[in-house]
Amino acid sequence: MNILALLIPVTLALGIVGLLTFFWTLRNGQYDDLTGDAERILFEESESPLRPSKTTTIKDHIQ
Amino acid sequence: MIAQLTKSERHSGIFLSLVISIAGFLLAIVGRGDPLGFHGWMILAVGAAFLVALARQLDAPEPTEDRNASYYDDPTKVGIILALCWAVVGMGMGVWIASMLAWPDLRFDAAWSSFGRLRPIHTSGVIFGFGGNALIATSFHVMQRTSRARMPSQISPWFVLFGFNLFCIVAASGYLIGVTQSKEYAEPEWYADLWLVLVLVVYFILYLRTLARRNEPHIYVANWYYMAFILVVAVLHIVNNSAVPVSFFGAKSYSAFSGVQDAMTQWWYGHNAVAFFLTSGFLGMLYYFLPKRAERPIYSYRLSILSFWGITFFYIWAGSHHLHYTALPHWVQTLGMTFSIMLLVPSWASAGNALMTLNGAWHKVRSDATLRFMMVAAVFYGLSTFEGSFMAIRPVNALSHYTDWTVGHVHAGAMGWVALISFGSIYALAPVLWRRKNIYSWKAVEWHFWLALSGTVVYVFAMWNSGIIQGLMWRTYTESGTLQYSFIDSLVAMHPYYIARTFGGFLFLLGAIIALWNIVMTIRHSPKLEPELDYPTSSEAQEPAVPAAE
Repeated sequence: MNILALLIPVTLALGIVGLLTFFWTLRNGQYDDLTGDAERILFEESESPLRPSKTTTIKDHIQ
Repeated sequence: MIAQLTKSERHSGIFLSLVISIAGFLLAIVGRGDPLGFHGWMILAVGAAFLVALARQLDAPEPTEDRNASYYDDPTKVGIILALCWAVVGMGMGVWIASMLAWPDLRFDAAWSSFGRLRPIHTSGVIFGFGGNALIATSFHVMQRTSRARMPSQISPWFVLFGFNLFCIVAASGYLIGVTQSKEYAEPEWYADLWLVLVLVVYFILYLRTLARRNEPHIYVANWYYMAFILVVAVLHIVNNSAVPVSFFGAKSYSAFSGVQDAMTQWWYGHNAVAFFLTSGFLGMLYYFLPKRAERPIYSYRLSILSFWGITFFYIWAGSHHLHYTALPHWVQTLGMTFSIMLLVPSWASAGNALMTLNGAWHKVRSDATLRFMMVAAVFYGLSTFEGSFMAIRPVNALSHYTDWTVGHVHAGAMGWVALISFGSIYALAPVLWRRKNIYSWKAVEWHFWLALSGTVVYVFAMWNSGIIQGLMWRTYTESGTLQYSFIDSLVAMHPYYIARTFGGFLFLLGAIIALWNIVMTIRHSPKLEPELDYPTSSEAQEPAVPAAE
């Protein structure tokens, strides 16, 4: 069953990518405000995105 | 739409179209006398069509600067229309091939119309054509809205959308002329497979870039589901389609794997085509459009995240349940079976989450067919994931394998879950995208819902019956220990169910045709939604002429 020598490592690698991504979400505070996150998609806020200036990035929003 | 591209973007588009046209021309020349040559001419024609369309609009006025203050919705709009067109084509093929099973003479006496060639047009047409376009279109919408950011490129989304559709038409046309790798959901040959990898890579990068420029710090859960679909499908697609072309001037290739090794690879891919393409991607759709339409937040946002990680870590191991009682080693079968059963937990977490979200909105489910589409989709999702986990158990599979029960399971998921959530999402999205007050005909949406539901129920009940009959007939022994029924006996017993299945699919197809009509009528005739503004503007993006003071 030689193919498992390919399939299992690839699957585990994908799993590790998933795990590392999960750790990133923890570090990044993605779960800090779960109630707000669920509610915010419902805000009507017209059909335009927030309008930061061209130099504003997400880092500027998080102090 | 071309007028929305800047001059340099139009030039980029022309350059890309030129490259594709030249590639097509080269394939046409080197592939002379081979199906590859035919595809070369087709690719050349597509490239040339885009070239002409862009060149004609090259000198149209440049778009206004204020477009950066709005979302880029043109690719989403085109994607929705393409999805509905593919639904009609793919489901139409489904009805045809179903009727061929009941009445085998319903074909022209030619190779192209044989069941074997038409069947993958159905499977690829509904999964990739309908499902894929629905995923691309809705993901473009969701990633921008939940990030509160416009996507970073006006070229990439078109490359993804049209590149993906080029893959679909190369696949479908190839099947007609006999091109196939004979791998379920992976029939297209090596050259189409390479192209799809490129499309998926650009898609994933576009997604990441959009999230990177988000104005909303949190990445909404739906985005995770969509991204898992793109990444995992791409990796599995690459491994499963590893093949050695006989020559670079012909379509034919040989798989890098063979025998039971190939079978395992195929179902490692094939089951996760279901898991990540048909489940994860559409859960992304569900998690955005259902709460939006119900105007209620997800019941337990925490649970939706747990469900995501559970699904992604468990699903990928489940593939070997397609190979119970084959030459695949027993422990590998058991591994797949175990993870398939564990999978029930995160799957029902999502299904339950969706239904609990509707608590407080059941009156809306009663009166709003669009929301009802999504609710019934969640129910079928729960049903199919239970059924799947159940069928993955080895002794259950001993009865169900190779029978129509598997087909019934597939279609409960494909019609009941995937198609219904797609239609619900499209009906919810279209008025928003095209700035209309509502869908052209709410009655037509109702008609569609009941046609879709009854079609699904007729189809699935027919296949449950025929599948169990097959399974039982194949394992019935006489007193002397021989098989009671021949295979032909079981085939004859299938006849009424094959007719019922054709009818069920036909009802479903009618619904899809109504949907296409309704959306087109919405775009053309529904009254526009005029937002109430307290400043004058003639801008398409409804932006003031002067940026508002901060």
